[in-house]
Amino acid sequence: MDGLVTKAGGWLGLTLLALVMAALAVDAPFAVHMVIVALACLAMLWATVTRADYSGLARGILKMPADQGVYDDDPIRWGVIATLFWGVAGMAAGLFIALQLAFPALNLNLEYTTFGRLRPLHTSAVIFAFGGNALIATSYYVVQRTCRARLAFPTLARFVFWGYQLFIVLAATGYLMGVTAAKEYAEPEWYVDLWLTIVWVAYLVVFVGTIVKRREPHIYVANWFYLSFIVTIAMLHIVNNLSMPASIFGSKSYAAFAGVQDALTQWWYGHNAVGFFLTAGFLAMMYYFVPKQAERPVYSYRLSIIHFWSLIFLYIWAGPHHLHYTALPDWAQTLGMVFSVILWMPSWGGMINGLMTLNGAWDKIRTDPIIRMMVMALAFYGMSTFEGPMMSIKWVNSMSHYTDWTIGHVHSGALGWNGMITFAAVYYLVPRLWGRERLYSLRMVNWHFWLATVGIVFYAASMWVAGIMQGLMWREYGADGYLVYSFVESVAAMHPMYLIRAAGGAMYLAGFLIMVFNVWATLSGRVRAEKPMTETPYNAAADRPLAPVPAE
Amino acid sequence: MTYNDLRHFADSWGLLAMTLLFLTLIAWPFRPSARARNDEAANMIFKDDEHG
Repeated sequence: MDGLVTKAGGWLGLTLLALVMAALAVDAPFAVHMVIVALACLAMLWATVTRADYSGLARGILKMPADQGVYDDDPIRWGVIATLFWGVAGMAAGLFIALQLAFPALNLNLEYTTFGRLRPLHTSAVIFAFGGNALIATSYYVVQRTCRARLAFPTLARFVFWGYQLFIVLAATGYLMGVTAAKEYAEPEWYVDLWLTIVWVAYLVVFVGTIVKRREPHIYVANWFYLSFIVTIAMLHIVNNLSMPASIFGSKSYAAFAGVQDALTQWWYGHNAVGFFLTAGFLAMMYYFVPKQAERPVYSYRLSIIHFWSLIFLYIWAGPHHLHYTALPDWAQTLGMVFSVILWMPSWGGMINGLMTLNGAWDKIRTDPIIRMMVMALAFYGMSTFEGPMMSIKWVNSMSHYTDWTIGHVHSGALGWNGMITFAAVYYLVPRLWGRERLYSLRMVNWHFWLATVGIVFYAASMWVAGIMQGLMWREYGADGYLVYSFVESVAAMHPMYLIRAAGGAMYLAGFLIMVFNVWATLSGRVRAEKPMTETPYNAAADRPLAPVPAE
Repeated sequence: MTYNDLRHFADSWGLLAMTLLFLTLIAWPFRPSARARNDEAANMIFKDDEHG
């Protein structure tokens, strides 16, 4: 009982502290954020008081330890649902800002709904909320299954999930109110960064703790990728967000670095967020879920180890390719370019390793829409890890940089690789986590696959055209040495491409909504009566030897 | 220790040490005795799995 009183009192104390911070706030967004923190503490207080085992406490029974013979899947189920929830929010925001570019009136003449504020909301929602929840959920699943051990530190594991949701809410509401550290993909301000650091260290403790108590001698390669993702993101996040708050009661801070050092730190962070959040973490999914769904071991375990160490040693140097033709020293730009080009090889090694896992079972692409999604994810992993090194070459970059080609490249990686592999993993997990016979409908997975694939093609192709057109228009000189086009003429020329891009995004979102419905129906225990994906055609009349015909 | 000392270390001994470490790490799974371990590791995810 004393423990319960202490806990409840602690949450009440934190609530009051947050309210005091809100009252002392020097700017309105900070006050709003502290009220959100206070509400989160109140929710924890309510959960602590209502969920306590009072009859057990009254009889003086100590809490039973969790059964070590079953896996701890609750945080994984929450994570899957959070992935779908934030996915809808993030993709809808993306479609909305795509339409804003085509129809500026959609900025609605409100500061909160301008492109500049909604764009970081979109990127953070899809990368950190949709992708991050998928990574946390799948890592909890994979580390338990491959270590044959129940999740370590169950309370901490739940803290990681809820703490991460609080980080997302604080980040997203901050963007709408104009709170930003002005670093791409690291926009949250100092206090939200500190909170994420605490959550992330807890995540590392849960993950490493589970590996330490493993019952298998070998640590499966997927866990290497997850661990490198967790450790590297911690390092990147802390260094890039070193800053000094203007006031501890305010949302404004100043970065520890200035000028080109700040730019290089930012893109060392930014590119390795791509390398370790969007690549290593999702490759961990690939190395577990592709072999499991294909029911075949990974093509080459040795290649997976080469893939791992090559990414670890090479990725960290590629960041300067974001700063070609800037104040960054020329040798550093060239270094970034060279390492980006070298990265092409291990990336394709990994893609081949994933695809060749299907060697001998290629028919599954025809019969299993989940395998089809995985193959498409790997194809886009290969496509974008070829396109990226190509765009990092200075000669290409002089044309492609600052154009929409970059946006197209990012989305072929994000929609094609990260999105598709996440969808496949979620489709794999849902019937298993909720103990269902199968998904509600496999044919809807097929619809999702085609809507997403065609959507990406519209998206990437329109952005290639848009980007190359922009790049060429910006550098077009007339005979007398003047620029031929004004900037606004290049903007006007983009209009048709922006419409095509928005149509592609709408298709991708429509596919995702089909997935949400399919998962919803699976959770409610329904199974759709539908024609199976494949039949076994049999013609008894044809299935017999040809009778010998006597010569005439 | 100045910036200059660090950068000279980085592009000489540091670079050599990183290269050797990298080559050792990727060569390690190719030693002949590792074949059985690699096979076992690759198939470990299928060992009596109640989820099928």
